[in-house]
Amino acid sequence: MQNGDQHYSMEDETYTDIDGKAISLECQSHSGFCREFTVSSAKVSIGRVMAYTCAVWLSAYIIFFVTENTAVLSSAIIITLVGMMVHIHFVKVDHETLLIIGSLGVQVSSSYASGRESTDFIEMGKIKDIVINEAIHMVRKIKDIVINEAIHMQTVIYYLCILLKDPSDPEAVSSVVPLFQSSKPRLNCLVKVYKSCQEILAKC
Amino acid sequence: MVLKIFFPQCCNKADSGLLVGRWIPGQNSAVVLAVIHYPFIPGQVKQYIHQMRGQSGVDLTVLGSWSMPKEGQEGMESFLRDLSTIFPQGQWLQLSREMGKIGFRCHVLTRDPRGEKDKVIFIHYEQRKVMLSQLHPVDNGVPDPQTESQLPQVFGTVCQSEPLFFLDKYDDGPVKMTHWQSEGREGSIIVELMKQASTPVCLLTTWILTLWTSLCSSRILNVRPMRFISSKLSTCLQLSYRTEHLQTVCSPTRATAHNHFMRKANIFVSFFVDVSLGLLLVSWMYRENRIGKLANTLVPAADHVAKELEELLQWLMGAPAGLKMNRALDQVLGRFFLYHIHLWISYIHLMSPFIEMILWYVGLSACLGLTFALSLLSDITALLTFHIYCFYVYGARLYCMTVYGLSSLWRLFRGKKWNVLRQRVDSCSYDLDQLFIGTLLFTILLFLLPTTALYYLVFTLLRLVVVMFQGVLHLSVDFINSFPLFAMGLRLFRSYRLAEGVKFRVLCEEPGTPLHLMMDINPLKVSSVVQTYRTPTYSCYPKDSWLALCKKLFLGELIYPWRHKTTKID
Repeated sequence: MQNGDQHYSMEDETYTDIDGKAISLECQSHSGFCREFTVSSAKVSIGRVMAYTCAVWLSAYIIFFVTENTAVLSSAIIITLVGMMVHIHFVKVDHETLLIIGSLGVQVSSSYASGRESTDFIEMGKIKDIVINEAIHMVRKIKDIVINEAIHMQTVIYYLCILLKDPSDPEAVSSVVPLFQSSKPRLNCLVKVYKSCQEILAKC
Repeated sequence: MVLKIFFPQCCNKADSGLLVGRWIPGQNSAVVLAVIHYPFIPGQVKQYIHQMRGQSGVDLTVLGSWSMPKEGQEGMESFLRDLSTIFPQGQWLQLSREMGKIGFRCHVLTRDPRGEKDKVIFIHYEQRKVMLSQLHPVDNGVPDPQTESQLPQVFGTVCQSEPLFFLDKYDDGPVKMTHWQSEGREGSIIVELMKQASTPVCLLTTWILTLWTSLCSSRILNVRPMRFISSKLSTCLQLSYRTEHLQTVCSPTRATAHNHFMRKANIFVSFFVDVSLGLLLVSWMYRENRIGKLANTLVPAADHVAKELEELLQWLMGAPAGLKMNRALDQVLGRFFLYHIHLWISYIHLMSPFIEMILWYVGLSACLGLTFALSLLSDITALLTFHIYCFYVYGARLYCMTVYGLSSLWRLFRGKKWNVLRQRVDSCSYDLDQLFIGTLLFTILLFLLPTTALYYLVFTLLRLVVVMFQGVLHLSVDFINSFPLFAMGLRLFRSYRLAEGVKFRVLCEEPGTPLHLMMDINPLKVSSVVQTYRTPTYSCYPKDSWLALCKKLFLGELIYPWRHKTTKID
C-alpha cells in the first residue's frame, strides 16, 4: 500500500474470465488523473504440471524398456525442463496491467510467470478512445464421446480495446489495440475499468 | 491541461539555482536539462544560454527556479520569486524540495491571467541514457515540430543539447551547472587513441581500395570471357562485395545519421569477426599440413565419384529396378555418358600434380575471411562436379525434346494443332500422309520415353544434390554477411541505446505532492533489431515457388534454382 493512494480490490464481487476460471481485479488510484488496473489470472496449477511430467516420463520409461537406449531418458528430462521453462517464460501470463495517465498516455503491460514483463506505451495524442467491443469467439467442444463429433460453438465475448487515430485523417480509426487478452475478463470487470478510464479521458 | 515536467535524476540532489531547459510547444510540457547554481550574474547567464542555443540548435531558455535549502539557508522564497522578473517568461516554474522529504512541490507563476490552476506531473528520466538512446522507428526526414509527438521531441532535445553538458560546476566558467556529467567527464584512453589513429588508417585503406578497384575495372580483366567466368564464380562476387563494404567503412567522413553509423559499425564488426574466423581456419588447416592431406584426398575423391557414376550407368544400361529399357537407345546414351566420364577423369589426372600447389595458394585466400573459404568451397564443388552438370543438361534437353514432340504429335493424333497466333489449340485437318507419319513418330517417341525419362530423373537428382549443397554454403555466407553483430551486441549489453519506447513507473509519493513518475527506456525487441539493421546483401533466394519448380522439372526445362540479385535492394 502506498501513502496517498487509494488502493482497493473488489472483495464483494468475484470476477471470472470467459472460460469460468476465477480472476481478480485490483484498482489503484495514484492521483486524480492517474489510475492503474491489474487483472491477475490463475497461477500455474501444480496438479497439471505433475500430470504432464508424469505422462512424459512414463512414456519415456516405456520406450526405454523397449529399446534399452538411455538417451531416451536424458532427452525426456531435457524436454520436460525446456518445456517448463518455455511455458513459464513465454506462455503463462501472471497478471496484466493497465496504467492510464491523463494527458500523457496509456501503458499496457503483461507480466509472465517467470517475472518477465513486456510493456507497451501509447501516447495520448495517438489515442482516439477506449471502448468495449464485441467479438465472436469460436469454441470447439466434443459433444459426446459416443457420437464423437466436434461441434463449433460461437459465443459472443466482450473485450476492452484502445482505438488509435489515423495520422492523416483525425476522424478515422487506424488500428485497434485489444487489452487483457490473456486474462479475458468478463463484462462486469470490463465495465468497471471502462468507466474509470472514461472519467480520466474526459478530464484531460 | 496537465503540466508535465521532465526532470533529470542527476539534479535530484542539486543545490538551489535556476532551471535551464526547453518548453515543448503544443504539449504543455517542459524538459529540464541542467541547474545553474548561485552565484551567477544574470547577464552572463543570458549570454551563455544564447551561445548554447546557437551551438546546439535547441530552443533553450530559463524555465524557473529550483530550491533545495540546506540547513541555515532560509528566506530564499522571495529571492526566487524576484528572479522571475529578471528572466521574462510566459510561465515560470518554482520547484522546491525539502531535505528528508521525497516529493517535490511545484508552483507555477504565469503571466497569462486566464490560466487556471494547473495540475503537475513530474517525470524523472535518466539523462545519460536518454541522451545516448535512439528512438525507433528512426525518422530519416526532418519532422514537423508542430505535429510531432511528445516523446521523440523529448529525446531529440536531450540528444541535441550535448554542447550544454561540456561545462559543469567544477569548471571555472561563467556559470556553474549540474547535469549528468557533473560527476566528472567520462573518457577512455583506448577510445581516444583509436579515434586519433583511425584517420590515417582510413586514408591509407581508401587509397589501397581505389587502386584495387581501378585494377579490377582495367581493360585487361574486362575481356568478355573473364567477365563471364567472374560473374559465375561466387568467390569473385564475394570479393567485390567486401570491397564495397570496406569502402563504406573506411570513408574518412564521419557518419552523422544514426542509420549510417550503425551500418558502418555492423559492417566493421562483421568483417572483423569474419577475418578472425578465417585466420583461425587457416592456422588450423596449415598447422599439420592438413591442406596437403586435403589436396591428396581430392583426386581420389573425384576418382571415386567417377567410379560410382560408371557403376550407375552400367546399372542403367542393364535392367534398372526391373524396368525394361529400349536396348539400342540405352546403349547409345550409356556409352555417350561413359565416354564423357572417361574424358573427365583423364583431365583430372592431368591436373593432379598441380592440385596441391594450387590448393595451397588458394587456401591462403581464406585469410580474407571465413566467407571466402566457404565461397571457395562452393566454387571447387561446382568445378569438380561440372560433369554432373553437363550430364544433367544433356539429359534434360533430350527429355524436353521428347516431351514437346510427344505433346505436339498427340495433338496431331487427335486432329488438333497449336495456333501460335491465338495461343490456343485449334482443330486442323491433316492429310493422310501427315497423319500416318505423325502417328508413327508418336509411337516411337512414346516407347522411347521411359528410357529418356529414367536418365533424366537420375541426373536431375544428382544435380539437385549438388545444388542443395551449394545452396547451404551460400546461405551461410549470406548469413555471415548480413547479420548485424554490432546492433545485437548493443541490444544485449547496452540495451538502452536502441529504444522502442518508454515505460513509466509510479514512484512512492507523499500526500499533497504532485504525481511522480519514473521514465525507463523500453529496449527494442531482438527480432526488430535484426530486421532493422540487416545489411542488404546480394542474397540468393529461390527464384521459383515449389509449384513452378515441379512444373519445370516435369517439362524438362533447365532449372537454376538460386538466383543472385544483381542490384542490392535497400
